[in-house]
Amino acid sequence: MKELMSNPLFSIGLSIFIFEIFTWINKKTRLAVLNPLLLSIGFIILLLKLCSISFDLYNQGAQFISMFLAPATASLGLSIYRQFPLLKKNWIPVLAGCLAGAFTSMASVHFLCSLFHFDDTLRVSMLPKSVTTPIAMEISSQLSGIPSITVAAVVITGILGSILCPYFIKFLKIDDPAVAGVSIGSCSHAVGTSKAVELGEIEGAMSGIAIGISGIITVLLSLIFF
Amino acid sequence: MKHLFQLSILFFLCIIGDFLAGLLPFTFPGTIMSMFLVFILLLTKFLKEEHIADAGDFLLQNMALLFVPAGVAIMDKFHLLSGRLFLFLFICLITTFLTFLVTAYTMKLVIKLQTKKGQQ
Repeated sequence: MKELMSNPLFSIGLSIFIFEIFTWINKKTRLAVLNPLLLSIGFIILLLKLCSISFDLYNQGAQFISMFLAPATASLGLSIYRQFPLLKKNWIPVLAGCLAGAFTSMASVHFLCSLFHFDDTLRVSMLPKSVTTPIAMEISSQLSGIPSITVAAVVITGILGSILCPYFIKFLKIDDPAVAGVSIGSCSHAVGTSKAVELGEIEGAMSGIAIGISGIITVLLSLIFF
Repeated sequence: MKHLFQLSILFFLCIIGDFLAGLLPFTFPGTIMSMFLVFILLLTKFLKEEHIADAGDFLLQNMALLFVPAGVAIMDKFHLLSGRLFLFLFICLITTFLTFLVTAYTMKLVIKLQTKKGQQ
């Protein structure tokens, strides 16, 4: 295994292959708990530990996958552009909701981490947990957090959101699909949005808008407060 | 060929975004700057959707894969979370609910105020 892994091509192929298998399982079962990203990360870590391969060796190849994060993040501009007409119609409530949501998310993470005596690195790594992974990772490294912990927090938050949001909507008696959509996007980004799309067209579109807006607001808030 | 050309446009926009972010008087993520750049160029019609859409959509649809290596990196950081995993999950849960609650009620309030204003 070690010999195989010393060829960078192997870790690239392995990562894509494992991710595709878990994506297939996720599509078949339609269970949000079986999140392909989370399962792939867990499975690969397990595999590396079992074969006592270091992360650095794995990353010699895998870093080429990470390289595509930059153009992927830039492509988010494309999806914001597509949702712009819908945003223009409702921009005041959407902006107000996302601003309040982003502030609440960061403030509550900050407060709870301080309450439980988490150290600074861990706290700033969790701070952007409600926004989409590329933006969250950037904020985290900007604040000298640990991006991998941020990825874990973001993915777990997304899964929690996509499982619990239908119950939140019932419990809080949200009857406006636009409000439901923005709230899902604001608390649980793209993973939650996949659930919002299932709930309805308006929910899905509004949730998609909220991902971009909340992401931008969170970048700005982290620049101001931290 | 078309896809590769689109991908090269995206990579160049990332480099320009990085450069522009470096010009700012405060530290700002370069990739976020390139996201703004793409949005503004599309809005001002300097860039057309078909210039980047195929490559962009491919990346957007498969974005989750791109975080696998970043996530696997946590294997070297487990000591930071040891004994705190439960609290970590607890914080994720509580803050997700709070964020949903505040976003929903703020939006509801603003919409209510808007309709009230409209009626007057």
